[in-house]
Amino acid sequence: MKFLVFIEQREGKIRKASLEALSLARRLAGEPVAAVLPGKGVAALASGLGKYGAGVVYVADREDLALYSTKGYVGALDAAAKKESPDAVLIAATSMGKDLAPRFAARHDVSVLADLMDLRVENGRFVGSRPVYSGKARAEVDCGNAALQVATTRPNVFPAQAADAADPLVETLDLPAITPRARVVKVETSESKELDVSEADIIVSGGRGIKGPENWPLIKDLQEALGAALGASRAVVDAGWIDHQYQVGQTGKVVSPTLYVACGISGAIQHLAGMGTSKVIVALNKDPEAPIFKVATYGIVGDIFQTVPEVAKAVRAVKAE
Amino acid sequence: MNSFVAVAYVPDTETRIRIGPDGKSLDESDIKWVVSPYDEYALEEALRIKEAKGAGTVRVASVGPERAKTGLRECLARGADEAVWIDSGDSRYLDALATAKALAAAAREGSYDFLWFGQKGVGYDESLVGPMVAELLDLPHVGNVVKLEVGDGKITAHREIEGAHEIVESTLPVVLTAQKGLNEPRYASLKGIMGAKKKPIAEKKLADLGIPEADPANAKTRWRKLELPPPRQACKLIPADDPAAAAKELVRLLREEAKVI
Repeated sequence: MKFLVFIEQREGKIRKASLEALSLARRLAGEPVAAVLPGKGVAALASGLGKYGAGVVYVADREDLALYSTKGYVGALDAAAKKESPDAVLIAATSMGKDLAPRFAARHDVSVLADLMDLRVENGRFVGSRPVYSGKARAEVDCGNAALQVATTRPNVFPAQAADAADPLVETLDLPAITPRARVVKVETSESKELDVSEADIIVSGGRGIKGPENWPLIKDLQEALGAALGASRAVVDAGWIDHQYQVGQTGKVVSPTLYVACGISGAIQHLAGMGTSKVIVALNKDPEAPIFKVATYGIVGDIFQTVPEVAKAVRAVKAE
Repeated sequence: MNSFVAVAYVPDTETRIRIGPDGKSLDESDIKWVVSPYDEYALEEALRIKEAKGAGTVRVASVGPERAKTGLRECLARGADEAVWIDSGDSRYLDALATAKALAAAAREGSYDFLWFGQKGVGYDESLVGPMVAELLDLPHVGNVVKLEVGDGKITAHREIEGAHEIVESTLPVVLTAQKGLNEPRYASLKGIMGAKKKPIAEKKLADLGIPEADPANAKTRWRKLELPPPRQACKLIPADDPAAAAKELVRLLREEAKVI
């Protein structure tokens, strides 16, 4: 089974989610796989992909790929697919991956197994698993008789494992000039350079229990102690206490961190849909009947204005050891 | 300016999910259906563009069984001018490519400046159909749009990505997918609800559109099984009489038992 993996980089740094997809392909294939790496100034990054399982890396290192365009990046993926004729294409389900995977698939008259949390191969065919209906069910999915199998993998779910030490073969893709009709003219990064919830290993979230926007320092203290990203429930976003980009849940971001700490969040289904697949969930809430305790691994029933600072203190103490 | 808005009619997120007798689809009895929330942002933005320009039509389209017409009627009540229902018959699961091909066929029948989609359909959460339609119609697309400025023959869209916004310029016509934050959707007025009853809903049959994937045997993705998630282990509750001691115990468990910090 021949794999091709799309490798995403931003500002000269390979995305961890792409290394996760590459490692997964390497494990499923049982041998080194092909990868494609578009961008500007990316050629130097290609050799580093060897240890995550790339046997060959198709590089498109060009000025006109400096900023993302669907047309340019799908074009690079498509060109690599033409050279490699893969049976399967894996792409991390990041913003970029979600943008280009469906376009690439439709171009090849196939669909996408989207945002998988599990993937295996049976007789050369993908069998994947993905949460549906707000995480209240999970669907086992496959690609029917599709000639080309395309899947996207949820970030933070599959391990990025070093496997092979060898340098991959690097091939330069010859692409025509790219004149996209839709193109990124600017990227506005949040000033604080904060870690985004969708990429974080640890998330600390606040809900209505914080009582008001003036109390975010309470949550941020624990967030900093854990080196975590900040999240929020829909209630506080809708109340205008914090921007939507922090919202975890059905109409916010769907996350699967290693550790999710919910502070003063009751656990409405809309929120559980966004974080229910976290590996370990900690609930800090004064209401013992709150639904969040039904999904939590550990919980403390108590006033978060007392418990949260104590947890931050205890984390700092342990980390200082 | 003319807009085409694709809407999905989906189970309300509060609905209790039960698995159907075939073990691979939803038990559809007792489900409350709603217009997928992201599609509401898409419709609202299309209506605002039309109102700002003072001209144009907004056509809503939905692929699904008969109930999809109820969703379309809601959109007409909010201000959409026309609707088209693509009757999917008995099919329980239509893959994204089949849905995209059906919507692309409907969109080809008109002339549109904007083709709007929600950034995902709530329930399947695949985020596939919008960009697929763009590819099938050979149009540019911008996904996850949280802000839009309409210029002369072009747009500038703010697209939400991880920890940043991409500012994207595109020519028209363009396919856009709406993200939360784009606007606050309006409610239907009583006048709108009354007026919607008189607006036409055109009907097409999926089976007549010549889409191979509409036949489950040719689907490019399939659901093999649908199951309830395994229950999580019961929560370990730490007594909170002494917050400092409880916090220490929690951190010990996270470090020694769960090994996550």
